[in-house]
Amino acid sequence: MSDIPTELRYASTHEWVRLDGDLATVGISDHAQAELTDIVYVELPEVGADVAAGDSCAVVESVKTASDVYAPLSGKIIAVNEAVAKDPALINTDPYGEGWLFQIKPSDLSEYEDLLDADAYAEQIGE
Amino acid sequence: MLKRTPLYEAHCRLGARMVEFGGWEMPLLYRGIVEEHLAVRQAAGVFDISHMGNFTVAGPGAGAFLNHCLTNDLDRLAVGQGQYTLMCNERGGVVDDLYVFRVKPDEYLLVVNAARTRADWEWLDALVDAAPTGDGFNLRDDTDRLAALALQGPRAAEILPRVIEGGSIAGMLVAGVAELKKNQWAGFVFRGHPVGVARTGYTGEDGFELVLPAGLAEEFWTLLLAAGKACALQPAGLGARDTLRTEMGYPLYGHELSEDITPLEAGLQRFVALSKGDFVGRNALLAQAEEGLRRRLVGFRMEGRTPPPRPGMEVQDTGGRVIGRVTSGTQSPSLGTGIGMALIAAAEAVEGRPIRVVMRGRAHPAVIVRRPILSRPKPGSGGASNDSALSASKAG
Repeated sequence: MSDIPTELRYASTHEWVRLDGDLATVGISDHAQAELTDIVYVELPEVGADVAAGDSCAVVESVKTASDVYAPLSGKIIAVNEAVAKDPALINTDPYGEGWLFQIKPSDLSEYEDLLDADAYAEQIGE
Repeated sequence: MLKRTPLYEAHCRLGARMVEFGGWEMPLLYRGIVEEHLAVRQAAGVFDISHMGNFTVAGPGAGAFLNHCLTNDLDRLAVGQGQYTLMCNERGGVVDDLYVFRVKPDEYLLVVNAARTRADWEWLDALVDAAPTGDGFNLRDDTDRLAALALQGPRAAEILPRVIEGGSIAGMLVAGVAELKKNQWAGFVFRGHPVGVARTGYTGEDGFELVLPAGLAEEFWTLLLAAGKACALQPAGLGARDTLRTEMGYPLYGHELSEDITPLEAGLQRFVALSKGDFVGRNALLAQAEEGLRRRLVGFRMEGRTPPPRPGMEVQDTGGRVIGRVTSGTQSPSLGTGIGMALIAAAEAVEGRPIRVVMRGRAHPAVIVRRPILSRPKPGSGGASNDSALSASKAG
């Protein structure tokens, strides 16, 4: 069983979103990091880039495979986690905390309501 | 339908993530590739290698037949010794790379790649038909009635004698398994059943490869893991097996070797005895040796923080000209950087030369390095008279 915090929303592509006012922090779920196993490289988006929900905007690579990370919301990238670029294993050890990837200023908050809640995400991954 | 080894249930109980490999359902990892990799480098790991093919060739004509099929010189093998060797087609391309052990004066054990077992069998069978009638021999596929394990790591020789006690009864005669030297083979007895043990491996560490009856596999596996617990022994999957062999620059069939790549291009000339007399592929390999190689396999290391290189990625010179492709690549758990092997234009295959590896449209800097990519102290307690067979093959 993986950890699925109830205060977060999830994309079906395994990203999580923490909405704090008009700032959305994004990372990948505990389930996703466990599937990927040892993450050894992260490519983050450019700060200031405009992204649309569903765009591939980051890449995480494990020893075995590369995996796209999709923007769960449309908006502007306003920060990226430089610590995770230096130490990608943070995604494995603390996927909802120090392992966050980037922050978006959402342009359409209704998209947030369309994301999965913890129960729906748990169901999707069969837990 | 994928095949399962006799240890399938044991892997599932350990929580292994199973993947398809060479037609078999095999453990990719148990707890994590990096953790298992480091366990093998620092202590010990045990791999299920029952997917590999096991052929026996026996009879008065077995040696002469095999020496005609294989590139290395089989006449150098005394009873109880093994060697790394290759089987080539008439064009000098590699049908498979394998280990051959002389288990009796007229009996040889061939350990071949899982994905090539059928192709190898058909190839050998055709060569049997074409062989001149002389001394007789027969060819037997024992893969399905046998299990095989690899116990690898600096503490392997501490662990194995706790499970296989006593001296050998066949092959190299020794008082205990730990007395086997690099590339030696012997038969031992485990609970009344025969177990073949070789001091070989695919990780660059000291260790053993064992072949035992399939019905004994689970009991042996369980005992071995229990006996190794105090030595930090861990079960290790194919993920770690791949990163370990890549650090050593060992070839994997389908990546560094194929029917269209010759052993000379792969830097394995040390295992091709061009002067031993005729063998399948010799004329083509002689011609290639005389004309010079157009491409060579090299090891490389990424510079700085880059994505891990992957098979198929383009390799460029520093001017942006395409010079070849990556054959294997990964993030080295030991070095913490991307490493790999690439088949590139022979003129570019120079140690120390900067190259570029193209990943998602961006050329990242790398440098050609000598193989093994990870330099290792020589295996200790095995008293290796010669260095690990494959590690002697140099880049370029």
